[in-house]
Amino acid sequence: MTSPTRALKDSGVVIWRQLIQLPRIPEVLIFALIQPVMFVLLFRYVFGGAIQTPGESYVNYLMPGIFAQTVAFGAVASGIGLAEDLRRGIIDRFRSLPMARSAVLVGRTVSDLVRNAAVVAVMMGVGLLVGFRPSGSVGAMIVAFGLLFLTSFAFSWIGVVIALSMKTVEAVQSAGFIWLFPLTFASSAFVPTDSMPSWLQGFAVNQPFTVVVNAVRALFLAQPVGNLVWLSLIWMVGISAVMIPLATRQYRRRTG
Amino acid sequence: MSDIAIRADGISKRFGKTIALEKIDLEIPRGIVFGLLGPNGSGKSTTVRILATLLQPDEGSASVDGIDVVRHPAQVRERIGLAGQYAAVDEYLTGRENLVMFGRLSGMPKGDARARAGELLDEFDLAEAADRISKTYSGGMRRRLDLASSLMARPPILFLDEPTTGLDPRGRLSLWTIIQRLVTDGTTVLLTTQYLEEADRLAQRIAVIDQGRVIADGSPAELKARVGDESVEVAVVRPADLPAATRILAAAASDEPIVDVERGRVIAGVSDGAAALARVSAAIAEAGIATEDLGLRRPTLDEVFLSLTGHVAERSDGEEAE
Repeated sequence: MTSPTRALKDSGVVIWRQLIQLPRIPEVLIFALIQPVMFVLLFRYVFGGAIQTPGESYVNYLMPGIFAQTVAFGAVASGIGLAEDLRRGIIDRFRSLPMARSAVLVGRTVSDLVRNAAVVAVMMGVGLLVGFRPSGSVGAMIVAFGLLFLTSFAFSWIGVVIALSMKTVEAVQSAGFIWLFPLTFASSAFVPTDSMPSWLQGFAVNQPFTVVVNAVRALFLAQPVGNLVWLSLIWMVGISAVMIPLATRQYRRRTG
Repeated sequence: MSDIAIRADGISKRFGKTIALEKIDLEIPRGIVFGLLGPNGSGKSTTVRILATLLQPDEGSASVDGIDVVRHPAQVRERIGLAGQYAAVDEYLTGRENLVMFGRLSGMPKGDARARAGELLDEFDLAEAADRISKTYSGGMRRRLDLASSLMARPPILFLDEPTTGLDPRGRLSLWTIIQRLVTDGTTVLLTTQYLEEADRLAQRIAVIDQGRVIADGSPAELKARVGDESVEVAVVRPADLPAATRILAAAASDEPIVDVERGRVIAGVSDGAAALARVSAAIAEAGIATEDLGLRRPTLDEVFLSLTGHVAERSDGEEAE
């Protein structure tokens, strides 16, 4: 086993590698932005007028959902990035080096968190431009961003597990998206769940993505938070606690 | 310290129903280039992947620098470098950044990694391109960077898995020069190749592998000797001289001459190479025959391969990862 300090140092090198790539592949960042911006414009100006959100303007209701969807969709990028590395053989080179095994996956998920943070920051600006007016305290908003980043981290590990179970980059791309649509749309991100049929509500109200969206929304809009923050924390830490060992085991098997 | 750098004892590997390796034995002394020669899919890469700790054998054992690759992979990784057919460098990092990254991940302090990167960039003729992202590199430059990446921590043992596949002749030649220089520095190299000329040129010892088995091994000269003797070949300028040349060869050679009338050539196996060439050459001059070519021909490894496996080595020029 490599020492924890070595694992930390190696993860740092892999994070550095991924972050200096970012400005060199601007199309990745641009596409990571275009999608949530499209969603904002579509829902704010096309569907928004038809959606009833009692007590809040629709744009205030929408933006926390957009933030959460943005970080969740980051899982696809994590999966594709890892699948590309596997295909190119750079993972083989990493594995032939006396580096910490964990560094490849940790470096991937942490650097994707940083990228997601940048995208969320831009989305915050876009939100303000289209009329988003958060009323939460600075402290509450910091907690909200913290929850979003934790969600990004947990979802990246899901993306990593998907990448390690698929054989081609194309498969990772499709498989990376399909589960995200029901998860993010059958949720409270874009519409209040009480407008959904009752059979769907049972899922939509209780699933983790809704829990995170509700927590983040309450924090941004100075609504009563209740146990939502704790519940989100439990969900996201729980997902990470399942996905990290699963990914590690698959990584070992896939490459061993 | 043992004088054996790499040892494999009966390693086997199956992928599903396909047998990739069947009881491979290897014993590679320190300080040489050992060529593992075989066509596509013969098991070369699987062998390298097992020895480089990327894959575990189903059976048998292997050691690198005296260390068991299955039981102590981390220690093996401290001693090896791996450069592959699929140039595994990060295309969005510059050449220098790639080297520093791989050096750091090999445990080098930042300053050492930077200094070593500069050294290798100069040595591998990449200094000018050092700060360009490697996506812009030519195939040959990328292979050199790949090889340099594997040398950052000065590993005593180097695995080169088809280092020149898909390269143009110039790129191949420059990589050969680098590999030859490495061995004079004392590095042990295990080189896999499907280019017979490459093994002949670089390796002091060769194992020929086909369908997961080692079917022959020895020095290039020994392998060639297994196919037969040298021969003397004469190409005449005037077709009319061909019968005379054939008579001279028949007298000097140990085998019956073979005549190629169309190309004006005659060739015959000889048991005493250089002396036979001298006799033929003198007789040809005395008879006043003008020759286009007169020389001693050694069997090529292509012929070795054909006679060992019963089929021609498959070439897959231009086959690249991308």
